[in-house]
Amino acid sequence: MNYLQSFIEASESLLANKMRSGLTILGIIIGVAAVIAVLAIGNGTQESILGEIQGVGTNLLFVIPGGSEDVSNPKPLTLSDAEALADPFSAPSIAGVAPILNGRVEVNFAGESTSTSMLGVTPDYSTVRNVELSEGEFFSDTDLSGRNSVLLLGTDVAETLFGRTAGLVGEKVRIEGQPFRVIGVLAAKGGSAMGSEDDQIMVPMTTAQTRLLQRATPNAVDVIYIQAVDSESVPQASLEVSQILSARHRTMIGEEDFTVLSQQDFLDLASTITGVLTIFLGGIAAISLLVGGIGIMNIMMVSVVERTREIGLRKALGARRIDILSQFLIESSLLSLLGGLIGILLGWALSVIVELIAAGSGTPIVPVVSLDAVLLAVLFSAAIGIFFGLYPANRASNLEPVEALRYE
Amino acid sequence: MSSNNIVVNATDLTKVFTMGDVQVHALRGLSVQIKRGEVVSIMGPSGSGKSTLMNILGCLDRPSSGEYCLDGESVANLKDEQLAEIRNRKVGFVFQSFNLLPRSTALTNVELPLRYSPPNGRKRRELAREALIEVGLGDRLNHKPNELSGGQQQRVAIARALVNDPAIVMADEPTGNLDSKSGDEIMELLMKLNRDKGTTLIIVTHDPEIAEQTERVIHIRDGVVSDG
Repeated sequence: MNYLQSFIEASESLLANKMRSGLTILGIIIGVAAVIAVLAIGNGTQESILGEIQGVGTNLLFVIPGGSEDVSNPKPLTLSDAEALADPFSAPSIAGVAPILNGRVEVNFAGESTSTSMLGVTPDYSTVRNVELSEGEFFSDTDLSGRNSVLLLGTDVAETLFGRTAGLVGEKVRIEGQPFRVIGVLAAKGGSAMGSEDDQIMVPMTTAQTRLLQRATPNAVDVIYIQAVDSESVPQASLEVSQILSARHRTMIGEEDFTVLSQQDFLDLASTITGVLTIFLGGIAAISLLVGGIGIMNIMMVSVVERTREIGLRKALGARRIDILSQFLIESSLLSLLGGLIGILLGWALSVIVELIAAGSGTPIVPVVSLDAVLLAVLFSAAIGIFFGLYPANRASNLEPVEALRYE
Repeated sequence: MSSNNIVVNATDLTKVFTMGDVQVHALRGLSVQIKRGEVVSIMGPSGSGKSTLMNILGCLDRPSSGEYCLDGESVANLKDEQLAEIRNRKVGFVFQSFNLLPRSTALTNVELPLRYSPPNGRKRRELAREALIEVGLGDRLNHKPNELSGGQQQRVAIARALVNDPAIVMADEPTGNLDSKSGDEIMELLMKLNRDKGTTLIIVTHDPEIAEQTERVIHIRDGVVSDG
């Protein structure tokens, strides 16, 4: 009852200075909106990147050349390494091995030309990475051993060169000026936060090695994808990879010239990076919240001075310290709470706008305005109201009634 | 006279203000007694200590030494919070400049002291309405101060002073900001309240015409009561 009365009184006093109250809460609105939007977009980005990594395929390990820095005479990964890893007797936990070679190439068709990323792959790549084709067939062992001039088109590349994504099997295109025959089109995967997987082409590994991407070691590959037999055997598979490659490269333990990464490593890395980014940006946004709080404090100070006589009167009529204190605290927390609520709406609107822009530019991010962030913003803004209201309210409540009544 | 008939019993009050290095003795052993239902005016030139006396009698301030019993309770050494409660229950204030909340209606202004007292079973709004009717503003309940004349504003202030049924009403130059006609009306109202309800009135003034209307005049000079 008494609180309701205080609440109404505080609202009335804030409404009496609409312009001033509005400008005061603007700082809180902007701060809360920024925090909400940044957290939402950060969460959305994180989830889209994580989804991306998980979508790469299950039970995957990645082997990349290069290890600890002080390895003398590091050797590149080669096709022979990949073949050794595929041996089911020495590596029982490994279900599939897919070495790849990648680089950027120029592709031509009838005057249309585009620069795209090219993967040199083996037939096993299809199963290891769950490649789906919208038409045609994946490479065969014959394509690999014969170093055939055949390729698979990503849908973006097909669209650019042919203006269509179907009925392309048998078409001839030129890669770096050399004629290649289309034997299939990769199913569209849609855009992703890490670049479109539709903007790429694939050729047989041997063809890439000999004709398109020259490496210092003729047999070298850039990455070897390893598929473990199931998710429990991923650590075991990782161990087998290390043992086999260490033996082949004659390296000491701890001095490997290669690195084995699991999908979990990437997931951890990506969450760490996006987490750090979100905290960093959120921190900057929180500073604006702090500035907004100081704005509230400033206005409350002015208000206390303006209302000195009123405070004196209330004290003369029997208001205790706590009554005056709570009156001003209710006002300041009402200000910041209102700012917080409007800020949440604004932040939510901002993240919807970002979602629309992201969708429009082909990299869908779905910002997630989490309940946590909303609760955090509400509590934080209320806390700011109380914290920054405390000093002015305390000053008001400590006024001597005699002095305050005499104040002009 | 029996002691429970004495509502204000102040003995040997002193008040010393320290202003920098200088000590100002506003009250120098002043004693005063006021009976229940009495109308007393306090007069004195400026600097005589009458404002200080009024602040102490109204429990807005504490004496430096001396004893003060208000309505049977010793209040000279109470803490701030306890003084606030005493003011709320036992003292009604009427100020020279009305001191109404400008954005609130007459009714809300009169309710103000009740907001700081424990609920007493009766509706605050009802008590406030009765007080306003008593001062003749039954038809102005929802007017804001800027919609009322000076005399009417002071009536609202008087209703506010009465709403808690206090032991004493302190009026500090209640007619000082009013023209003589409204001033007379306010004085008539105060005297009528005294007659009808037995309200104890202490009027601080330097206007001899006001003082003449009261039963007793206490003259203050240099911090003591002078027999004028």
